[in-house]
Amino acid sequence: MRGAFIRTLVELAEQDPRILLLTADLGYMAVEPFAEKFPDRFFNVGVAEQNMIGVATGLAEAGYIPFTYSIVTFAALRSYEFIRNGPIVHQLPVRIVGVGGGFEYGTNGITHYGLDDVGVLAVQPGVTVIAPADHLQTKTALKATWDMPGPVYYRLGKDDKTVVPGLDGRFELRCVQCIRETGSVLMLAMGGVSTEVIAAADLLAEQGIPCAVGVVASMRPPPVDDLAEMLQRYDAVITVEAHYSSGGLGSLVAEVIAEGGLRCRLIRRAVKRLPGGVSGSQDFMYRTHGLSRQALAEVVLQAIEPDMQTSIAD
Amino acid sequence: MSEKKASSSLSQRIRRIVIDQSKRAGAGHIGSALSIVDIVAAMYADVLRIASPDDPDRDRFILSKGHAALAVYAALFLRGWVPQEQLDTYCGDDTLLGTHPEHALKGVDFSTGSLGHGLSIGAGSALAARSLRSPRRVFVLLSDAECNEGSVWEAAMFAAHHRLSNLVAIIDLNGQQALGYTKQVMNLSPMAARWLAFGWDVMEVDGHDVAAITGAVGRFDTASGPPHLLIANTVFGKGVSYMEGQIKWHYWPMSDEEYTRALDEIVSAP
Repeated sequence: MRGAFIRTLVELAEQDPRILLLTADLGYMAVEPFAEKFPDRFFNVGVAEQNMIGVATGLAEAGYIPFTYSIVTFAALRSYEFIRNGPIVHQLPVRIVGVGGGFEYGTNGITHYGLDDVGVLAVQPGVTVIAPADHLQTKTALKATWDMPGPVYYRLGKDDKTVVPGLDGRFELRCVQCIRETGSVLMLAMGGVSTEVIAAADLLAEQGIPCAVGVVASMRPPPVDDLAEMLQRYDAVITVEAHYSSGGLGSLVAEVIAEGGLRCRLIRRAVKRLPGGVSGSQDFMYRTHGLSRQALAEVVLQAIEPDMQTSIAD
Repeated sequence: MSEKKASSSLSQRIRRIVIDQSKRAGAGHIGSALSIVDIVAAMYADVLRIASPDDPDRDRFILSKGHAALAVYAALFLRGWVPQEQLDTYCGDDTLLGTHPEHALKGVDFSTGSLGHGLSIGAGSALAARSLRSPRRVFVLLSDAECNEGSVWEAAMFAAHHRLSNLVAIIDLNGQQALGYTKQVMNLSPMAARWLAFGWDVMEVDGHDVAAITGAVGRFDTASGPPHLLIANTVFGKGVSYMEGQIKWHYWPMSDEEYTRALDEIVSAP
């Protein structure tokens, strides 16, 4: 996603001189196309994320559209109060680009896991929060949001190859991207873990069990109307996110169900505990936290038939 | 000399407003506001080039020590950008004039109040001015204790690295912070040497001599070279004898008797 993001940003920057790129010394093999093409519009501010956001605030007030780039935790958490009191309070077009949503930084451990970024930013009014599912959707989402008047947070992944089948890069603000509609259970996914969700639906389809799938990339503004409409059509919804279980997609869907008085049962699949010092590949971490395709397929089977002996092999 | 006299009188008018409004609102932060009065007077009388608060090429002024906002509100009132009836809403309900400045108020460039934030915004603002070839300069007023914040030094590094000559930081060095004296809480000495080591151009002045402040800023080369720091040596609570150097006047509001004494001292000051 980050490669697609930077390539798209270069395209946009060719058309609009207001676009700048700031990095807090991260983005090796990612930011170079922009840096080489626009050396005067690229700033490595050093390892100083708070200052990066403060500088971007000053630049944005003067009319620029600064994109700030770092790993999710440093971009969103270290500089959080500067984001709040700067771009959000002043409603300035600062872009915060976090790379490594969920467990993408695998063996780098908890300091590099993006498990709370969407939650902490989504509580703030006046910020757009975008969590694309793959690199095709990243490109569409950036093109749809780059020149919005207020701040935007982009939660990206490093993966520039994997595609969520059937998503076809679709993105609209305030919308759920529906991929499959048939079945009594709906799986809703946020971010790169969407590929596991589709794979889980495929495992179930092999057994003749249809399962609906949707992707939510527009976390703020939230797709409330789409969700309310969709949730009426299913007995159960399983939200899936490589994010702590509070503040992300599961929380959003819970709010929509509760406030809409809907009858749809909610099962939240998210990271429910601290990793406890254990790290490993993204796949390992997905398995450990119940986010692997097999585990997700089991959740669907349990939702359909709670007493059934589950039979998806790991 | 007539210019000095005019600005001195502006200082006294600002002090009078600080005392009157603090009393009317029953608010604290009086000592912090009094500490920067002469710096603010220099800024709004002589230094800042602001044709109108909406002019994009105006100089920017960021009160990073946002808790002293009342001194700036007084200056904005005296410049005619804040009317009397709005000034009188200070710390009331439905006001834009809270204890800390809000950019929704005409004449306030950035909302502040969280210490350590202003200098990095100022650095971005100065970088933007250079990129846009705008003549605007950026002034950031910090407290000395604010330099406890690591983000101040992130911004200091950045501004020096990019040689933001159009950025002027002013430190209101009164040696006090909320719960004690800086020498006891977190020693900042030697302040000038620290900033020099970070690559800044540093000057020190008497922070209550308006002409000296104006003169020092005038000697800064804001077209080339490193960013500038003016260390303004000040007295916390300046102008009200019983507040000067007293920790309690960071938060304390005045009683009726204290107000009368403060007013007498300010009105009778030269």
